[in-house]
Amino acid sequence: MRHLLSAADLSREEAITVLDTAATMAATQSREIKKLPALRGLTVVNLFFEDSTRTRISFEAAAKRLSADVINFAAKGSSVSKGESLKDTAQTLQAMGADAVVIRHSASGAPHRLATSGWIDAPVVNAGDGMHQHPTQALLDAFTMRRHLMPEGGAGAGLDGKRVVIVGDVLHSRVARSNVDLLHTLGAEVTLVAPPTLLPIGASTWPCRISYDLDAAIAEQAPDAIMMLRVQRERMSSAGGGFFPSAAEYSRRYGLDAARFEALPGHALIMHPGPMNRGLEISARAADSDRSTIVEQVANGVAVRMAVLYLVLAGNEGTPS
Amino acid sequence: MTSGAPARVVLSEHDISRALTRIAHEIVERNKGAEEVLLLGIPTRGVPLATRIGARIVEAEAGGLTSEDLVGTIDPTMYRDDLRRQPTRGLEPTRIPPAGLTDKVVVLVDDVLYSGRTVRAALDALSDVGRPRAVQLAVLVDRGHRELPIRADYIGKNLPTARHERVSVHLSELDDADEVVLS
Repeated sequence: MRHLLSAADLSREEAITVLDTAATMAATQSREIKKLPALRGLTVVNLFFEDSTRTRISFEAAAKRLSADVINFAAKGSSVSKGESLKDTAQTLQAMGADAVVIRHSASGAPHRLATSGWIDAPVVNAGDGMHQHPTQALLDAFTMRRHLMPEGGAGAGLDGKRVVIVGDVLHSRVARSNVDLLHTLGAEVTLVAPPTLLPIGASTWPCRISYDLDAAIAEQAPDAIMMLRVQRERMSSAGGGFFPSAAEYSRRYGLDAARFEALPGHALIMHPGPMNRGLEISARAADSDRSTIVEQVANGVAVRMAVLYLVLAGNEGTPS
Repeated sequence: MTSGAPARVVLSEHDISRALTRIAHEIVERNKGAEEVLLLGIPTRGVPLATRIGARIVEAEAGGLTSEDLVGTIDPTMYRDDLRRQPTRGLEPTRIPPAGLTDKVVVLVDDVLYSGRTVRAALDALSDVGRPRAVQLAVLVDRGHRELPIRADYIGKNLPTARHERVSVHLSELDDADEVVLS
């Protein structure tokens, strides 16, 4: 694996390799000494053009657990706010000797540009670009599902035949796009549920079903996992796009309230990529239940990002892919 | 990397079986029993070898020994010094029996001892998991050409080789047959 730019780039075999590697990484994280020496002497740059606390900390923890040096580069207060271009920033990082670049950018395609332009030699890991992709989030979601839903923790397996329902603001969600791609690759059946205003044009060509009715989707699919996406309150005002009339209406039709929580199969996982709006897309009852994997997803995120950094950095070029 | 010379079987199924039985008895004899011994196989082929030696020790030693408590695995991949020179290696699980390895006599088990770099990596990996009382090394084949000051305590066969030759260990758990081939 040279870069990780999109969940759609991963073959089934590569995706399973990442998940299996993540399982080994996760096992080391319950030890007294959590640090591994695999990436000693290498430098990972976290290049964040968009605010993110969770993802940046998760990548930083992952790199540090593998003994890499980490440089955090936030666009705010940096030369980027003075008008430096992506190309000049990239060349600066190259000159400083970055061995891998983790990038988050508000523009879709920025990681791809960085990886393919020849500005830098280092592997590029996409930590979220615009409304496009967030592959490590999809990998950690798949890892969490596999661990709970497949026999014996799922080593070496995909998610064949598992039914996953993803609910909420698909239009603005790179998490949903990456999840649809990866879950399809792994053999799961995905259903997207959203108000028509929050589904992108062309979603009907994605490898998934689409529904506008959450109750019907829960009844028909009997999902093994349900993933609630974050809904931003500002999107309901006309300034924010006017995608739905009121928070209360959204919550009534698409929120995971107590009644819908009860209607789910007993084993169904409750997932959310965070940060949550309690009372809007998810009720406290569901978020705090013992089937909720929301906190576990954060822990698994570190293991999955360790696996990704290990696979792009350890070993020479021309490795599996 | 074959030398061009025809492949030659240097240890047959029977030879391997006999060597492992001898190593099992040597381990018990040297450590005056097996109560404090923990066999850790180094993936890939050290793992079935450790399991086989463990089964022989359980058989020979009366008492409450079980192979679950006696045998584990340790994957040294992330501790290697040549990680960046080679294609990405898949990681294998590390399984330490619940009792842990602190104050145990750990016997590392591998198929071939060559440069000694794998064993060095395994020693580093061990120190992150716990502090054994002593560490010993058992190998099926010692082919020489050490690059580090490491030696084995239990050796199935000393096999003088040239650097360009290749020693392949086949075990029925993973391959078709039990044999060691020099090519």
